[in-house]
Amino acid sequence: MAKGRIKHEPFEIKDCALAAIATGKSAQNLKEIRNIIQMVDPGSIYHHFWGGLLRTGFDDPEYNNDFASWARHALHDKVLAERLGMIDPTEFPDLEELRRELVDIIEERLDASEVIPWCEPDEQFHFITSQIVVFNTNKVIKKPRELMNVIPAMSPGSIFYHFIDARRRTFGNIDDFRAWLYGFDKLYLDLIYLFSTIDPFFSPLTELRQQITDLITKYFGENVS
Amino acid sequence: MTDKLKLYADIVGWDVIDQLHQLVTPLKGIRVVHVNSTREGGGVAEILNKLVPLKRELGIDVTWEVITGKEEFFKCTKSFHNALQGNKVEVPESLLKAYEQTNAENAEKLRSTLETADIVFIHDPQPVPLLTFCPDRKGKWIWRCHIDVSRPYRAVWKYLRNFIEHYDASVFSLSSFARPLPHTQYLIPPSIDPLSEKNRELDEREIHTIVSELGIDLSRQIMLQVSRYDRFKDPVGVIHAYRLTKKFIPTLQLVLAGGEATDDPESRTVLDEVRIAANEDEDIHILLLPADAHRTINALQRAADVVLQKSIREGFGLTVTEAMWKGKPVIGGDTGGIRIQVVNHHTGFLVKAPEGAALRARYLLFHRDKLQEMGRKARTFVKDNFLLTRHLREYLTMMVSLTHGGGDRIVLG
Repeated sequence: MAKGRIKHEPFEIKDCALAAIATGKSAQNLKEIRNIIQMVDPGSIYHHFWGGLLRTGFDDPEYNNDFASWARHALHDKVLAERLGMIDPTEFPDLEELRRELVDIIEERLDASEVIPWCEPDEQFHFITSQIVVFNTNKVIKKPRELMNVIPAMSPGSIFYHFIDARRRTFGNIDDFRAWLYGFDKLYLDLIYLFSTIDPFFSPLTELRQQITDLITKYFGENVS
Repeated sequence: MTDKLKLYADIVGWDVIDQLHQLVTPLKGIRVVHVNSTREGGGVAEILNKLVPLKRELGIDVTWEVITGKEEFFKCTKSFHNALQGNKVEVPESLLKAYEQTNAENAEKLRSTLETADIVFIHDPQPVPLLTFCPDRKGKWIWRCHIDVSRPYRAVWKYLRNFIEHYDASVFSLSSFARPLPHTQYLIPPSIDPLSEKNRELDEREIHTIVSELGIDLSRQIMLQVSRYDRFKDPVGVIHAYRLTKKFIPTLQLVLAGGEATDDPESRTVLDEVRIAANEDEDIHILLLPADAHRTINALQRAADVVLQKSIREGFGLTVTEAMWKGKPVIGGDTGGIRIQVVNHHTGFLVKAPEGAALRARYLLFHRDKLQEMGRKARTFVKDNFLLTRHLREYLTMMVSLTHGGGDRIVLG
């Protein structure tokens, strides 16, 4: 995994925001969306799976990616929505694999359909990609125990950057916390394991922050750093 | 840190202001120009009135230029506006000539400012051809489209696209408004300024005084729509919704509060249609307010029980965000930008017809606890998404990206 990193580097806390960019591509039926998914920039696939986490939500989303939500609310195809909604992007090593899975599920549905499911013009799926802008918070910690103090105060943007976006940047596609802890030799393998048990895909960022806070508090409450 | 930035920090937090400073650092020394067609009246002028000073507070050299034109020019651009929002409008050749001629004349006046600027923002279709008349431009030109162009009348869009495709980037409020264009299209919803006269806190006594002076009875329920007298805002539909609601709440009053924008020659005609529809109902208050009646609008929005924005096409309803910031759930037309402003059943309701608006108004008026709960959510939603600081952060991000590159990742600090 991520062993062999530079050891005992301080952990710099960053914040981030997404700048949305239209791709100019939109789909009004299932065949069109399949065709666009096959060739759209991988950043757009990423955006439609993860970008929603940075939007303000008032309750748990019905579906965890924009494709499933469109299948349900624009195409009115509950079966397809459920199948697309079950895709867990963390299970795929990269966005190309994720793209293939999306195409497979849609093609399977197309094969089973006598007519191509379509939607109203104002319900089209508009493909968006995004640019991430990363901010420095000027907060730096040196010891893992300090995570207890900083994580509860992290903005949703910080949680997104270190826990979600990190999976695109780190060796082994892991979050920044685990990547950093690996730098302490084998001292924190149990904490690293605990981090790996958090599913980042099914919770709003504020809830994710609470889960990480609980985990860290419990760990350091029971262990001496 | 200036006093003004401190006031914003009190609302949005210091982290947000610090992020703006980080974004401005790579932009030091650049010169930015915004161009539109009216200094006051309408959402674009209102946004620029707030955005430009805040950019200056952050140390950016920014100016705002307004193009001028005669009646034929504005007649033409109003036709464009209607056509871009989906109406089949044939624009006569003579008006197109006036449009291009007016832009050529304005380019003569503004050429040195525009050609030497590092970034030029052109707002809406009125000044779009300016780029053509500035062949020695050195900076990046961005077309900022504030209107719903999701289903434009093709002939007019084709005509305008000939100018727009030469821009370096464009900005739309929603993904559904973006068009196939050969440059990057940023998605940036507009915002409101929480410190402005229209949105700052007012005390109860002031609200009472202002609203009472307009002849509105504060002891009775108030249904309000604030918007220009424009058919796309469906003021006649609002009167219909009011009448349906009044059957159940006989003491209800309707306030239609609008003004005239200098670039909208149709507003007088629509106002006449509204007066006819009101049929001298004493509980319908049709207000024609001056462009600077910000405190009056503020008081009306705070005094209202139910706020409507029953548009049938809408780029982005600033008045929706304003009312939500004041803790009011909004009953909005299920169209355009209102769909991202009103989270259905959470920060208000999305409706298709006057009947839908009446149904939701009755619900809110009979369920005051729900009205208040949705109002609280609405204010939080605006704080997180639609304040000026977020808007500026996205503009600055785009400016950094256009001037420095950065691919899909811009790392600051």
